[in-house]
Amino acid sequence: MSNVFSAPGGSELGVRRETASQTAGPYVHIGLAPKAAGFDIFENSFGSVLFDAQTKGERIRIEGRVFDGIGTVLKDVLIEIWQANAEGKYAHPADRQPGKSLDPHFRGWGRSCTDFETGIYTFDTIKPGAAEGRNGRIMAPHISAWIVARGINIGLNTRIYFSDEAAANAKDPVINLIEWEARRKTLVAERTDRRSDDGAAVYRFDIRLQGENETVFFDI
Amino acid sequence: MSTKPAPDAEFLMRDTTSHPPAYTPAYKTSVLRSPRLSLISLQQSLSEVTAPVFRAEEFGPKDNDLILNYAKESLPVGERIVVHGYVQDQLGRPVKNALVEVWQANASGRYRHKKDQYIGALDPNFGGCGRMLTDENGYYAYRTIKPGPYPWRNRVNDWRPSHIHYAISGDGWVQRLITQMYFEGDPLIRSCPILGVVPSEEQIRGLIALQDVGAFVQLDSRAYRFDIVLRGHRATLFENHVQKTPEGALQ
Repeated sequence: MSNVFSAPGGSELGVRRETASQTAGPYVHIGLAPKAAGFDIFENSFGSVLFDAQTKGERIRIEGRVFDGIGTVLKDVLIEIWQANAEGKYAHPADRQPGKSLDPHFRGWGRSCTDFETGIYTFDTIKPGAAEGRNGRIMAPHISAWIVARGINIGLNTRIYFSDEAAANAKDPVINLIEWEARRKTLVAERTDRRSDDGAAVYRFDIRLQGENETVFFDI
Repeated sequence: MSTKPAPDAEFLMRDTTSHPPAYTPAYKTSVLRSPRLSLISLQQSLSEVTAPVFRAEEFGPKDNDLILNYAKESLPVGERIVVHGYVQDQLGRPVKNALVEVWQANASGRYRHKKDQYIGALDPNFGGCGRMLTDENGYYAYRTIKPGPYPWRNRVNDWRPSHIHYAISGDGWVQRLITQMYFEGDPLIRSCPILGVVPSEEQIRGLIALQDVGAFVQLDSRAYRFDIVLRGHRATLFENHVQKTPEGALQ
């Protein structure tokens, strides 16, 4: 029952082990996106549209596909995103950045499933502002993403940056931590010429779980 | 400098030995879905130590009652159970207001999902999902039907033990966790390739709910206890590097 460290320096200090991760499985939609599983159950479902009519900020759409190690498009993936508002502030009490205000119309969190036919996932959100990173270094605007699916034993964390923020990206403390420059582009969503039906700019962000151009995943 | 350690915004580094590795050939689907390159280790920033905050008003009164939340004309078939427990961090602090989402097969081992082709019968009165927030003590509880085991395509005779899937969202993005809860005494536990990828007996035990006779609802339902441990906040010994205070000093 107990999850106490057996290693020296753990149990003696009362630090317990995190509960083990397990795959989300093929039917993750039932729990996290029941409409995608094919039924309606909750009055209020969590989804892939992060804004309402009064949210401040530039409307954007992020879409893409997820590929396995031999380039197969995966159709059973669930992705969640977490981001700051248009001013670069997170809707969470730990964010005490001075001079930035909360947007009561923006939580900054959403989830999307890859389509069972096309494999495309979509988020409709706003472009986040830049938030302060460690020791006051500014981070380029970005969105955190968490990817789970059948065959993924522990959720994969990555970040979505924006191709039209090249100057900010060049100074970003997290991007610069990646010593292989060729890998940095896997974190950048490409701004396309397309617009969504609502007129939002469309960014393309594909995720490669393994192999050529493998997406950078983070141990956070 | 503070002389008394206080909870910091930052979380303890993840101990990867608590979790299955990404590449686990016995669970075949993981082979092509596991990154081959090392994860890049990040010191946490505001992006990692914050997480979505949920409000009680977002949830309906039956969201944590899987026996009633999809019942159409009568009650679902199967063993009535209550599942309850505490969500705590690695230092034993309650994780309050955590979002706990659960999903499962019905008593026949069939999921209400358009991709599930198993011959086990669907139950017209059972949806198979629920959700709730933990209270001030990190406590959660829901009512459901005990899920049945079912076969799956890995090896031709692999069967999943009865299990309930969990997704938990805590105070920080780094705490986000998906796992599965199993039931004490299930003989399929020891042969399950998905549970078998968990790296130690101790960590496997942590995924097995114990029958909790004291919490039985008399003449109604049995009960199982399942506690969850999420990443813990570090203690602040010197200054906080996650962000500056409004005055500009590091805190």
